[in-house]
Amino acid sequence: MRNFTNRPWCKTAALALFAAAAVPVQAFAAWEPTKTVEFVVPAGTGGGADQMARIIQGIIAKNKLMKEPMVVVNKAGGAGAEGFLDVKESKGDPHKLIITLSNLFTTPLATNTPFNWRDLTPVQMMALDNFVLWVNSETPYKTTKEYIAAVKAGGGKFKMGGTGSKQEDQIITVAIEKQTGAKFIYISYRGGGEVAVQLVGKHVDSTVNNPIEAVAQWRAGSLRPLCVFDAKRMPYKAKITKTMSWYDIPTCKDTGLDVEYLMLRGIFMPGGVTEEQKQYYVDLLKKVRETPDWKSFLEQGAFNQTTLAGKEYEAWVAREEARHIMLMKEAGFLAK
Amino acid sequence: MEEINALLQGFGVALSPLNLLLMFVGVILGIIIGVLPGLGGANGVAILLPLTFSMAQQPGGTTSAIILLSCIYWGALFGGAITSILFNIPGEPWSVATTFDGHPLAQQGRAGSALTAAFTSSFIGALIAVIMITFLSPVVAGFALRFGPPEFFSVYLLTFCAFVGMSGGNAAKTVASMMIGFALAAVGLDSVTGTLRLTFGFTSLLKGFDFLIAVIGLFGIGEILETLEEGLAFKGASARINMKVVLETWKELPRYWATSLRSAAVGCFMGIVPGGATPASFMSYGLARRLSKDGNDFGSGRVEGVVAPETAAHAAGTSALLPMITLGVPGSPTAAVLLGGLLIWGLQPGPLLFVEKPDFVWGLIASMYLGNIAGLIVVLTCVPLFAAILRIPFSIIAPVIIVICAIGAYTVHNSMFDVYLMVVFGVIGYAFKKLGYPLAPMVLALVLGDRAEENFRNAIKGSQGDMLVFFSNGLVGGLTSLALLLLFWPLIRAGWRVVLGKS
Repeated sequence: MRNFTNRPWCKTAALALFAAAAVPVQAFAAWEPTKTVEFVVPAGTGGGADQMARIIQGIIAKNKLMKEPMVVVNKAGGAGAEGFLDVKESKGDPHKLIITLSNLFTTPLATNTPFNWRDLTPVQMMALDNFVLWVNSETPYKTTKEYIAAVKAGGGKFKMGGTGSKQEDQIITVAIEKQTGAKFIYISYRGGGEVAVQLVGKHVDSTVNNPIEAVAQWRAGSLRPLCVFDAKRMPYKAKITKTMSWYDIPTCKDTGLDVEYLMLRGIFMPGGVTEEQKQYYVDLLKKVRETPDWKSFLEQGAFNQTTLAGKEYEAWVAREEARHIMLMKEAGFLAK
Repeated sequence: MEEINALLQGFGVALSPLNLLLMFVGVILGIIIGVLPGLGGANGVAILLPLTFSMAQQPGGTTSAIILLSCIYWGALFGGAITSILFNIPGEPWSVATTFDGHPLAQQGRAGSALTAAFTSSFIGALIAVIMITFLSPVVAGFALRFGPPEFFSVYLLTFCAFVGMSGGNAAKTVASMMIGFALAAVGLDSVTGTLRLTFGFTSLLKGFDFLIAVIGLFGIGEILETLEEGLAFKGASARINMKVVLETWKELPRYWATSLRSAAVGCFMGIVPGGATPASFMSYGLARRLSKDGNDFGSGRVEGVVAPETAAHAAGTSALLPMITLGVPGSPTAAVLLGGLLIWGLQPGPLLFVEKPDFVWGLIASMYLGNIAGLIVVLTCVPLFAAILRIPFSIIAPVIIVICAIGAYTVHNSMFDVYLMVVFGVIGYAFKKLGYPLAPMVLALVLGDRAEENFRNAIKGSQGDMLVFFSNGLVGGLTSLALLLLFWPLIRAGWRVVLGKS
């Protein structure tokens, strides 16, 4: 501190400090990326998480919301463990984001891979993805009750198709079994689009596809939705087929099947980042969510539009984790 | 005819100056992407996808966007053959079968012929596939719906059976090599039970052995090691470099019309199912080897051995877009990214896309014709240029190849572990060659092993343990029977001769 004011550069620095203090604090303190931001997708190309990551990247690029570029990197290995471990190991790196699906909970539980969401920093919940119970439209089942009754009478021969194993689709299947006493043969496929087509081709009897995965086949008249696994109906009232909108699909609970499940579409950062760094991305994603492109994407995929950040988001994730542990324990999916 | 009218309108859309420019840009980018091992068409398209996002919002922009992206795809299909032939390094999985005869040709100083044959066959395969899409799409689109787990397994079984015994030499060594491939394919996540296996607690192993890293090591590094041993000489140095070679090769090609047609049929079938371009190329190489008069010389540098896999790969790659458009099921990793693109642009792939967005669909189909013509022109004019690469002294080109291989291996998962793995595979590849074990069965098992296993287990799960599920209908029964017939063909033929001899 001695000679502080005697040196010319110190004077300049002091002046600069003074000037900085005069402008709003936020602009001075705000952190911004200084190099390319890597956006990790712990799933394959073309799936739901990948689509969402790429649309976020597209919106940011198109509206020039960030100075540095963003690249999407798929790290799908080991049911997404590859991506989560990569982000876990990048502790303190503010130039890395990851978008999660339910494998944030299911992968470590089913495979014993050493990571947990607490290794990451929750940034923003973007939306929740809905699940709908679908059957082939050529089958006679018009309601959930009729279908479940048929499954029970079928003596364990009915096939439920879904994406992956010991993941969300199979968790819902097991929950239906627990709830109703019906038994399914669960057949796992690689992606949601494939699952929907297998139902059209009658290789399985029902699916719990996300809306966006099955909508094209629904509109073409090949599939029939029975109920949605949410507490309330989907809010989209525009007609999708000639007679029905997403809103017209009853909730499973109302049709006598008391199962609720929603999938997290949320953004996380590595652990050990500063509050300003996190806040930068919260603000950035807020701008993304305000664009018309984002809104039309949500409507197209009939997403549940709940968004959370900060403490509330953390609390939500902790609750969901506890629920997944319970669901997977009941189903016998926990790794030994 | 209705289709012709719609197609002409499609040409009207695709032929705008902007779209033509995008076509050439896409094809050239695609070739570069295809040449670089590890980058791959799917990654290339994925990287450019966000750029098309704002493009798609102008009127008619979705068509321009899909033209750009699908032309990258065509370009990558063309480009994959270049490094396979010149350096024995397949840039894309479906180019592996091209190395079997393409690289020996290059070593004999006939790189120009091999490249010309590869490009021309690619073009013909794509052309046949796109003609089929134009006129038969409503008929064949529904065909994919008949494929469940048993049917898929029988298709993979057919690929394996068409390929077993192709290495000619020791059958036991072929089986051993294939079994190592299956074992490697089993490492990582078991998708049927959702648990990890064979990872021994190493987190680097949980993503399994990526096909591309294995191939870059086994073929690329293995080849370099072998060349080092043989005295640093590049055998293809005498390659002639002028355009005459193109015309000379064209004169030879009509002889292989039967192989071309058969391979195109295999490719279209595998694309629509969708089984993918990689099994299509292996299967048609195996079939060509069995059915051709010169079958025994395959592997020593036959032009026909380049024609078969390239025609099939391109036919499959092109027809894979049909299930993508009509069913929303991608027939290849690149098609999966394109599918994501359609959704991002607000289009809904599915049965109604043809009805609701005829401009887009027919514009895309027209661009398949034009994009492939553009691609053929670009690659053929560059044949002498590519072939001339072989004139660079080995001591200069070898380090460059090793660097490119390392970058390629790194790019697949952005992981340094993969680069070490590539070197290990290189040593294995060298050892295999020295000991006379064929590499191809191992590679085939590595690339298709887990899919075959998954479909087998799902089929058995669905039938509750009944093996007769593989004969439960005409389609799956026919495929399985054909596979068994191919597998036991030498025995059956020998038995037949015995019966004939005795009577």
